Amino acid sequence: MKPAPFAYARAKSVEHAIELLAHPEARLLAGGQSLIATLNMRLSAPKLLIDLNGINGLSVIKASDGTVEIGALTRHCEAERSAEIAKYAPLIALAMPHIGHAAIRNRGTLGGSIAFADPAAELPACLVALGGEVEIAGGHGMRAVKADDFFKGLFETSLGSRDVLTSIRIPAATSGSRAGFAEFARRHGDYAMVGLAATAEANGRGLKNVRLAFFGVGDMPMRAKKAEAALGADDFDGAVSALGSDLDPRDDVQATAATKKHLAGVLLRRVAKQLLEPRA
Amino acid sequence: MSERVCDIALTVNGESVVETIEARQSLVDFLREKLSLTGSHVGCEHGVCGACTVRVEGVTVRGCLMLAAQCDGAKVDTIEGVSDSGEIADLQQAFEKRNALQCGFCTPGMLLTAQELLSSGAIPSREKIREHISGNYCRCTGYHAIVDAIEAVAQARAGSAR
Repeated sequence: MKPAPFAYARAKSVEHAIELLAHPEARLLAGGQSLIATLNMRLSAPKLLIDLNGINGLSVIKASDGTVEIGALTRHCEAERSAEIAKYAPLIALAMPHIGHAAIRNRGTLGGSIAFADPAAELPACLVALGGEVEIAGGHGMRAVKADDFFKGLFETSLGSRDVLTSIRIPAATSGSRAGFAEFARRHGDYAMVGLAATAEANGRGLKNVRLAFFGVGDMPMRAKKAEAALGADDFDGAVSALGSDLDPRDDVQATAATKKHLAGVLLRRVAKQLLEPRA
Repeated sequence: MSERVCDIALTVNGESVVETIEARQSLVDFLREKLSLTGSHVGCEHGVCGACTVRVEGVTVRGCLMLAAQCDGAKVDTIEGVSDSGEIADLQQAFEKRNALQCGFCTPGMLLTAQELLSSGAIPSREKIREHISGNYCRCTGYHAIVDAIEAVAQARAGSAR
């Protein structure tokens, strides 16, 4: 289908974008790989699209002082090729090949994916697993929001109507950091039926500070806190059975709730194995 | 400056184009309807099938998930351009030789996607080829012949580069 008519404006700067957001039915356009599909299907019909792609300085990847900052307009393909991300944000590097297809990754942006907050998308879960935060520019200046507080519900975030997500920040990986990622999708590049992004720290032969963020099993990335605690106590079977109370997926077009729960347990065992392996 | 209609100036297959378009027009509809470049096909219109694949600034994109309005100042290449220039002549021959197409609907997108994969000069594994074309649906061939054709061209190009 074709989208409903809309007006189009190119934002020259973040401030200009915020100014344009005064329009009551405006949406920000980043990579457009989710948004334009929803416009084409008329699931959404904004009256004004504000194109952020011409704004300079929003696609910088910078690792310093134990933090990796990734500009919101960084395209997936740039993250995929980035030596900084491979070294300091290995979870994002693991997730990248699962996101869409090559042509989608050429356009799609990290900030756009996180702001769009699709419950089955990889990057929102990665941000939660990493304990990262987003930097937001709004009418009243800049603010940072932690990943655990950013995602509010189905396609819902703490972004207000005059807000622009400008970058994400995550703690830089160290020699003791561990990352794991796995998902089930019917075809490569599809949205996952169930997926899991995870981080931990090595603790002798075991793990501590485990963070598990499942996606595709709820309205937003879901932490599995009982399973996290069980993994921290080397109890892998206990972690899998804890998912029974940590997760409450619904049936959807892809799978029943029971299937999703089963798959979540299978993924947890695979990811736990990844977490236990020292980094190469 | 926010209008339902925009003026754009861009380069398509090496030629300068200046047009007035509706803001909501996708790049692929612009190429097909305004410029009569109908080699890029419109399939699913939500980024899944890959039939609308074109190149913008040298990289493949979904022509249905980019607006023509976003291409002001850009360099766009379509299947017509890369075919006329001879850039993918070997891929086209390999597809024909191995019956890597039947109805041809997916073929322009498949060729541009394959060309992007092979542009690094490396010989990708069959698994890598399959992964790279995973966003381009072919409903006729079952993909084996397409993978064969791309693999053969990768090997031939690497051989002739030596």
